[in-house]
Amino acid sequence: MSDVYRMPSLGSDMEAGTLIEWARQPGEKLAKGDTIAVVETQKGAIEVEVFQDAVMGKPLINIGDKVPVGTPMAELEPIGAAETKAPRRSGREAGTEIEDDERAAGSPAPPAPDQPQPARAAPEPTPTRQRASPAARRLAEAEGIDLARLTGTGPDGAIVLADVQAAAPRHAEQPPSAPERPPPRAGLDLAAMRQAIAAAMTRSKREIPHYYLAEDIDLTTATDWLARRNADLPPDRRLLMGALFIKAVALTLRRFPELNGFDRDGRFEPSAAIHVGAATAIRGGGLVAPAIHDADRLDLDALMAHLRDLVGRVRGGGLRASELADPTITVSSLGERGVDRLYAIIYPPQVAIVGFGTPRARPWIIDDAVVVRTVVSATLAADHRHSDGHRGALFLARLAQRLQDPDTL
Amino acid sequence: MSTETIRTTYREAVRAAICDALDRDRRVFLMGEDVGRYGGCYAVSKGLYDQYGPERIRDTPLSECGFTGAGIGAAMGGMRPIVEIMTVNFSLLALDQIVNNAATIRHMSGGQFHVPLVIRMASGAGKQLAAQHSHSLEGWYGHVPGIKVIAPATLEDARGMLWSALEDPDPVILFEHVMLYNREGELTADAGPVPITGAAVRRAGTDLSLITYGGCLFKTLDAAEELAADGIAAEVIDLRCLRPLDDATVMASVRKSHRAVIIDEGWCTGSLAGEVSARIMEQAFWELDAPVGRVCSAEVPIPYPKHLEDEALPQVRDIVAAARAALGR
Repeated sequence: MSDVYRMPSLGSDMEAGTLIEWARQPGEKLAKGDTIAVVETQKGAIEVEVFQDAVMGKPLINIGDKVPVGTPMAELEPIGAAETKAPRRSGREAGTEIEDDERAAGSPAPPAPDQPQPARAAPEPTPTRQRASPAARRLAEAEGIDLARLTGTGPDGAIVLADVQAAAPRHAEQPPSAPERPPPRAGLDLAAMRQAIAAAMTRSKREIPHYYLAEDIDLTTATDWLARRNADLPPDRRLLMGALFIKAVALTLRRFPELNGFDRDGRFEPSAAIHVGAATAIRGGGLVAPAIHDADRLDLDALMAHLRDLVGRVRGGGLRASELADPTITVSSLGERGVDRLYAIIYPPQVAIVGFGTPRARPWIIDDAVVVRTVVSATLAADHRHSDGHRGALFLARLAQRLQDPDTL
Repeated sequence: MSTETIRTTYREAVRAAICDALDRDRRVFLMGEDVGRYGGCYAVSKGLYDQYGPERIRDTPLSECGFTGAGIGAAMGGMRPIVEIMTVNFSLLALDQIVNNAATIRHMSGGQFHVPLVIRMASGAGKQLAAQHSHSLEGWYGHVPGIKVIAPATLEDARGMLWSALEDPDPVILFEHVMLYNREGELTADAGPVPITGAAVRRAGTDLSLITYGGCLFKTLDAAEELAADGIAAEVIDLRCLRPLDDATVMASVRKSHRAVIIDEGWCTGSLAGEVSARIMEQAFWELDAPVGRVCSAEVPIPYPKHLEDEALPQVRDIVAAARAALGR
């Protein structure tokens, strides 16, 4: 019996999503965690993943359809049940098929399949952009036809309407359609993101009784440690203080489960795993806080690599669904912006957010003497329904201790 | 409507329209340079001076600004003047009267005064009249709110649009392309008024839309004929009314054909063709199967020598080439 894949919720503020493309075709195998489709949300185009091993079944919605969360998108068949079906061509498992292709083309020496031919004399700065007319794109979207599979016969080799109609015969005689709403645009829609942020933050300030605590933390030891560690490393392998903050928060949270999890209709649902959302600004406005999964169990280099990767994908698109929906707490660091401290707003349904200001040289008292130390102001905003200031204060104190001993991070 | 037709020319059709207006309405009169005793520089008003007399067929001094202003005053005073300006190039001397006065008085008087004036002017190239008598500045007038701009290309429109223009309570600029005056054809004997709103589909087709007006209409129809020989069914749209533009007819055609080429004897930069193209992009982008093409005049002052003049203007071969480019073949 087949199962269905439903439009996932990629955040408590998401009501619906638009299918942009299928990552798999019917008959292809999916392992748990594989991307099945790309969905457009107010946060941009997100790759959504399957939660089970399965074989891609019949699509139940069309590309371009906007459907509410929970709507069945495609059938999923158990592994094995679909083995008899005609296998689909896929670059990854297409060894024999590629051979067939090469034989058909009469090519004596097949090139490595993962080495795309360099585009000869292509003046386009973005060679991945498929030249296709607006009319062709619209029909392809309506018909669920992948433009990448078509060969263009129009001006300059562009894919034109006739090429798509040839691939969708039942539409060959389609009468001219009335002007209608343009199809949804893939990629990041900053206006929609602004709306999403507005909705989430309004809900947060309306529903969540925040309490705020601040603690100045001596960061001299950690700063020196970081400088020594980075001294001989090339820039792309250096650690940033932000990674230390995330790791320290994650480790400290192990002892403060009431700050790590979700509010579910007023009841607290703690999370065993610690997925730290790293608030990341988007050029042009807006921000997202995608998860660094199991941040407490990653070593610093791995965590840093994740962080770099996330920031790159926030700016270039391609965040995964789990990265948006999974954070159990958020860390927001405005260190580079030069503020002393920030009072952050909790991102529902999370119950806490930790903020870091700019580390600065400040007068600090050690053993009754005033000395100059590098100090950062850490803040905690937490949901008073699920924790109290007493525990919050202990959390910040433990966090401060953690940061005194970077070797343990 | 009678099926009886008469053989006539565009020039005679315009003259018939003027006579009809003079006969119908005592307030109508014609004035301009050499329209009277000389009979008009393109002989449109030949014979009218003797027929209607100097009160109604009035020769004016060589001052476009002066007599256009007089026409505006007469219109505001209750008359229905037809002002003839020899060519659109000379109308630039009257631009202040047309743009600052005729187009604005209704607005600036809060609707108390209106200017029921018709200005006829010849435009376009092809007669080796060189760089000061050959231009197509319809697009400039099409830019200005407060006036209507029409460009009859067929005999029916030449015969019928003048009366509708005179009936309009606001100023109307009527362009007559110089290469059309000698065009001969059949016109129904009782041809009457033609509305001055809306484009006309002059040839139906499904493969692409050729959008044009005025002097380029017949070149475009010839191009469509040539394309048909290759199995390409081009639709030809005659805009006729350049302000306001008939978006609905253009978009309906583009939605059917998915490709558009605009043929405009004006220069490409800042042209009417550019305006039509922009509207197609705004209103029918998702229907397009190819970039919108334009065939316009070369961006030079129109040359005097015949071969260079021909080279500077949109020709049938250019239209065919642009149509093929849009179709990718």
